[in-house]
Amino acid sequence: MNEVDGTAVRMVQDPTQTIPAEATKPEMKVQLRTEGVNFYYGKYQALHGIDLDVYRHKITALIGPSGCGKSTFLRTLNRICETISHTRVEGKILLDGEDVMELDVTSLRRRVGMVFQRPNPFPKSIFDNVAYGARINGLHRQKRIRDIVEESLVRAALFEEVKDKLQQSALALSGGQQQRLCIARALAVNPEVLLLDEPCSALDPIATAKIEELLFVLKDTCTMVMVTHNMQQAARTAEYTGFFLLGRLIEFDKTDTIFRNPSKKETEDYITGRFG
Amino acid sequence: MATSQAVVRPANRFFRRVREGNEIAYTITVICAASILLVTVLLVFQLWNNSGIARHKFGWSFIGSQTWDPVNEDFGALPLAFGTLVSSALALLIAVPSGLMAAIFLAELAPPKASDVLTFLIELLAAVPSVIYGLLGIFLLVPILKDHVVPVLKSTLGWLPIFSGPFYGYSMLAAGLVLAIMIIPFIVSVSREVLLAVPVEQREAALGLGATRWEATWQIVIPYASRGIYGSIFLALARALGETMAVTMVIGNNPKIAMSLLAPGYSIAAVIANEFSEASSAMHAASLTELGLVLFAITVIINGAARLMMLTTAEHAK
Amino acid sequence: MTNTLSFRRRAVNNVMLSLTAVFTVLVVGSLFVILGYLAYNGWHFLNWDFFTKLPTPVGEPGGGMANAIVGSAKMLLVATMIGVPFGFLGGVYLSEFGGEHGLFPFLVRYTTDLLNGVPSIVIGIFAWTVLVRPRHHYSAWAGGIALGIMMVPIALRSTEEFLQGVPNSMREGAMALGASKAWTIFTVVIPAAMKGIISGMMLDLARVAGETAPLLFTALSSRYWSKGWDEPTASLPVMIFNYAVSPYDDWHQQAWAAGFVLLALVLLVNIIARGVLSRATYK
Ligand SMILES: Nc1ncnc2c1ncn2[C@@H]1O[C@H](COP(=O)(O)OP(=O)(O)OP(=O)(O)O)[C@@H](O)[C@H]1O
Ligand SMILES: [Mg+2]
Repeated sequence: MNEVDGTAVRMVQDPTQTIPAEATKPEMKVQLRTEGVNFYYGKYQALHGIDLDVYRHKITALIGPSGCGKSTFLRTLNRICETISHTRVEGKILLDGEDVMELDVTSLRRRVGMVFQRPNPFPKSIFDNVAYGARINGLHRQKRIRDIVEESLVRAALFEEVKDKLQQSALALSGGQQQRLCIARALAVNPEVLLLDEPCSALDPIATAKIEELLFVLKDTCTMVMVTHNMQQAARTAEYTGFFLLGRLIEFDKTDTIFRNPSKKETEDYITGRFG
Repeated sequence: MATSQAVVRPANRFFRRVREGNEIAYTITVICAASILLVTVLLVFQLWNNSGIARHKFGWSFIGSQTWDPVNEDFGALPLAFGTLVSSALALLIAVPSGLMAAIFLAELAPPKASDVLTFLIELLAAVPSVIYGLLGIFLLVPILKDHVVPVLKSTLGWLPIFSGPFYGYSMLAAGLVLAIMIIPFIVSVSREVLLAVPVEQREAALGLGATRWEATWQIVIPYASRGIYGSIFLALARALGETMAVTMVIGNNPKIAMSLLAPGYSIAAVIANEFSEASSAMHAASLTELGLVLFAITVIINGAARLMMLTTAEHAK
Repeated sequence: MTNTLSFRRRAVNNVMLSLTAVFTVLVVGSLFVILGYLAYNGWHFLNWDFFTKLPTPVGEPGGGMANAIVGSAKMLLVATMIGVPFGFLGGVYLSEFGGEHGLFPFLVRYTTDLLNGVPSIVIGIFAWTVLVRPRHHYSAWAGGIALGIMMVPIALRSTEEFLQGVPNSMREGAMALGASKAWTIFTVVIPAAMKGIISGMMLDLARVAGETAPLLFTALSSRYWSKGWDEPTASLPVMIFNYAVSPYDDWHQQAWAAGFVLLALVLLVNIIARGVLSRATYK
């Protein structure tokens, strides 16, 4: 993907990132940081002063009751929230220390991929779906694209199931396959961070297990932020968990701590309510 | 930390923006969208300007005057407006009940599959060009009227002024009938949509109270959908008023106001179609253009009213 | 008492419901009458000469309408070149850039609907004042442009409608991969709606193919081959009109043949377009 100007920016940064003294500092493990993020749908304020750190190559789970602003928060991270008119973000969101508002939005989104709640494959072939990201990044060499597609499908644990029908429509796949296709599609642009908005909500337990396995493997190369309603899922997969309530981040800590020993009463109520 | 600004020079930035294409796409599409505004404004301007001398000469009496006489350059729109209105009214009188009945059948009674097939056929009927309706009007409808319908009509209802006088075939009656046949498909397909949008609970509530199928439809469903149905009628009326070819071919082309539907008449659109390319003088052309302006104004108003009704139905349905 | 009442109600119910069926049969039946009568008369007079020969002078039998067929094709080509790009791109604007609110998109939607409702004869006058009067002659250009103007509103609204039918998740999916808005529109949204858009355009074209009124005083007609695009040009609908209202029997026969050809083409395009439409992915 080196042809891409977006990645060129990243390569220039690399030397600064590898300065040894800084790299050992604990905050360098923070890949994505938000500082006092407020979000407004028109006049309605959906997020209130969110401060949250996302650690490199870890899974961060966001939990909370419906409508508390988890999706909204996730959508501010790659600025996809801007596609809705009459919305406004305040505060700072830093990706590797850079304010995302200053970044070019398309290269930001290449670095911060997203998987949506409902699988949304394009009405194109399986191959074209996965190749989409590479193609819009200006890659046209067939061989290279084929490699990327295959590699991404393998990483998303879908290759074996679809290798004989890459030219068929993606809409013919099952829900779970579609969701893995969407993950493959996101992986094909090599994102540094992957945002997952309830990726398993439309899936049965078997497909869910497959995707969880997948997340586990992806951790080696990718930082993930995942919204989930399924608390066992959060407990199983995530290192860190944040609890949202009414647009506020009530508590953020190691997953273990949140589930066993939460410091806030609201968190405990929510978790025990769900578990009990 | 290196910032993106430090790396991306203004020139690169420019090329990236070009590559992303947002501004280009916006500009091109907005120009295309604006062109329709421009054309509409230009249309009104041209109609207004080109009818100038006629408007000055005749003023408001243009609409009230009974003569349309190209030879003596005396132009009044009344007989033409009369023909347009009467033929359209006649068409509605026939098309609304029959179209509505068919729509009720398709929305309420027919099994969905059959309803879809029948609606498909009816929509094909709406796609038939008007000159074809005119052709069939001349060679099929007019002879039938002359040989079979009107003799019966005259012997039974001949005492009515609207069926008085001789009948030569080309007439207001023929024009109204052709128009009716042309707008029925339109009324059927729009009304059917409107009826299908009525919530099932409405019907079930009525049926649950012991109403017959017809009573549920007539007393509950139709009133519920009435605004949408009025909307479809208005849209159909606007079409009938502006319909040109089919009317021109069967109305008889005689600019006289007659009581009888059996007498030939003329309509605004038909006069324009027949005389415009051979307009004898500047005044003639300007008067025809003014007729166009009148027709434009009428259809804009009626279409607007129709849209308003459909719009309030949509809100009502929410 | 209640018995008679319920008998009356039942009778009304049965009669009215039967009537709705009768009217449906009548309406649908009229399609078959039209098709049948036209086919019966038209087929009868249709022969190879119709497609290859010029019209003959009055009284001389035979001849065809080759010039009108070519003329119609020429004008429809011009109309397509105007109606499709302007309608399509304008529809893209309304659906993707304009948004639901705002003054400009409102005005565009409003005038589009307005223009769509303007009688075609009025469009003809307009085209005459702009394209014929200043240049003092009728032409295929003028006719084609008049038809093109008629195509724009429908093309625009149908494009908008089909693009709106594409779920927003498609747009977000593409944008989240780093596609710019323009790329999202042109590589994901439009392809997803393509079948619908194309069938909408086909229906639009079929509609103007039968339009007569806007051609009467823009392209006029002609009994000869028109050289180039800047001369009075014959078209099938205008020929049908002129021949049908003429007093000559052999012209009437030609009108039947032409009517049959025109209707067959229009209905064929309609059936194909609606067939495609029913299998469109979205909407
Ligand atoms: N497009 C929008 N316009 C206006 N308000 C919105 C919009 N999207 C979300 N909201 C509001 O913002 C708040 C947060 O919504 P959000 O979708 O972020 O919740 P969520 O935590 O993801 O809920 P869920 O678990 O149900 O997905 C809600 O009150 C919602 O009503
Ligand atoms: Mg959500």
